[in-house]
Amino acid sequence: MAIEVRIPTILRSYTGGAKVVEGSGDTLNDLLTDLDSRHAGLRGRLVTEAGALHRFVNVYVNDEDVRFLGALDAKLSDGDSVTILPAVAGGAFGFAAAAAIAQHNTAAGRRTPVTVG
Amino acid sequence: MARYDSLLDACGGTPLVGLPRLSPTVPEGAPPVRLWAKLEDRNPTGSVKDRAAMFMVRAAEAAGRLRPGDTILEPTSGNTGISLAMVAKLRGYRLVCVMPENVSAERVQLLRMYGAEIIFSPAAGGSNQAVATAKQIAAEHPDWVMLFQYGNEANARAHYETTGPELLHDLPTITHFVAGLGTTGTLMGTGRYLREKVEGIQIVAAEPRYGELVYGLRNIDEGYVPELYDATVLNRRFSVGTRDAVLRTRQLVEVEGLFVGFSTGAVLHAALAVAHEAVRDGRRADVAFVVSDGGWKYLSTGAYGGTLADAEDALEGQLWA
Repeated sequence: MAIEVRIPTILRSYTGGAKVVEGSGDTLNDLLTDLDSRHAGLRGRLVTEAGALHRFVNVYVNDEDVRFLGALDAKLSDGDSVTILPAVAGGAFGFAAAAAIAQHNTAAGRRTPVTVG
Repeated sequence: MARYDSLLDACGGTPLVGLPRLSPTVPEGAPPVRLWAKLEDRNPTGSVKDRAAMFMVRAAEAAGRLRPGDTILEPTSGNTGISLAMVAKLRGYRLVCVMPENVSAERVQLLRMYGAEIIFSPAAGGSNQAVATAKQIAAEHPDWVMLFQYGNEANARAHYETTGPELLHDLPTITHFVAGLGTTGTLMGTGRYLREKVEGIQIVAAEPRYGELVYGLRNIDEGYVPELYDATVLNRRFSVGTRDAVLRTRQLVEVEGLFVGFSTGAVLHAALAVAHEAVRDGRRADVAFVVSDGGWKYLSTGAYGGTLADAEDALEGQLWA
């Protein structure tokens, strides 16, 4: 039994259009290396040169975000299901709107809101 | 607690109700594992967003960014627009909402009833078109105020100052807090407060995983993470697909009589996951989760009836949370 990996539309050019591919590895890092041997370039879209998960990529193991499971060191077992998705906040429309507002506020010289501490 | 000077004063203070039928059964002698629902649909316009809208408007007033008669521009088709429309009406502002023309009739009617003006962006262009439209309108009206809920500290502060203290007051034995992840305001504010007060509290996020149409060809290099988001506040983050969200939404009304929107179904799915883990590990748990709104606005999706597969089809391509 292998690990099932769901590929988002935008990355299917690396998998010959396949929505789901299979791979193996004891950690997410191993799995991505294994996948890259058959789908060259895929790993480079998910992992930065510094060796971290790309900021705008979310990876889930059995529906749980790997960033809370050790990120690239997250342990995997046969039969696990891995899902890769682009980061989208508050619905795709919210995502789009947020980018526009951020630019407007910057252009209007408004104080950048800060996170409550 | 039952009399208020105005509708705005009636914001918050929502009930926390136990869910004895949905809470998992524990073996005899094992510590209890209980689920609790924070009914944010009991806010003035029927959603958790009333708290954030009120705090953001008050903060902008205090900072001198908003003066009577000013115009607020908000690109939203969701609950934030409805909340802002109510607050704007009562505080004397004009609200303009930008949204794609394919949003549901309920949304448009609700916003207009509350007095908001609506500018539609062509549906065909999707979210990219919405960005373009919002940018264009903003450029034409630099004096219009955008509250920017994704980066507005008052959004998270609303929950730090109200939702968090309410939960701790009503459930001092709380072990887990579970809520939906969108702007991240609810989780950041409530999560920070509870982390300060409750040792070992687990803050758990549930985010919707939409159908493929929604993600479409979104480029990974152009993603977006809200400015408010701070991953160190969370312990875990679950991605919940449409089918699981619908299943839990139906279960909540069938078993406990709570009629909620689909985002709450996703939250319940994550809450049940941590509750069952506690049972498995023989640990006591009081899991509180947020009911962000009722199901009324989503009835026209048709996803409350028929098979789960039908519901999944009905919601494909829709932003159900």
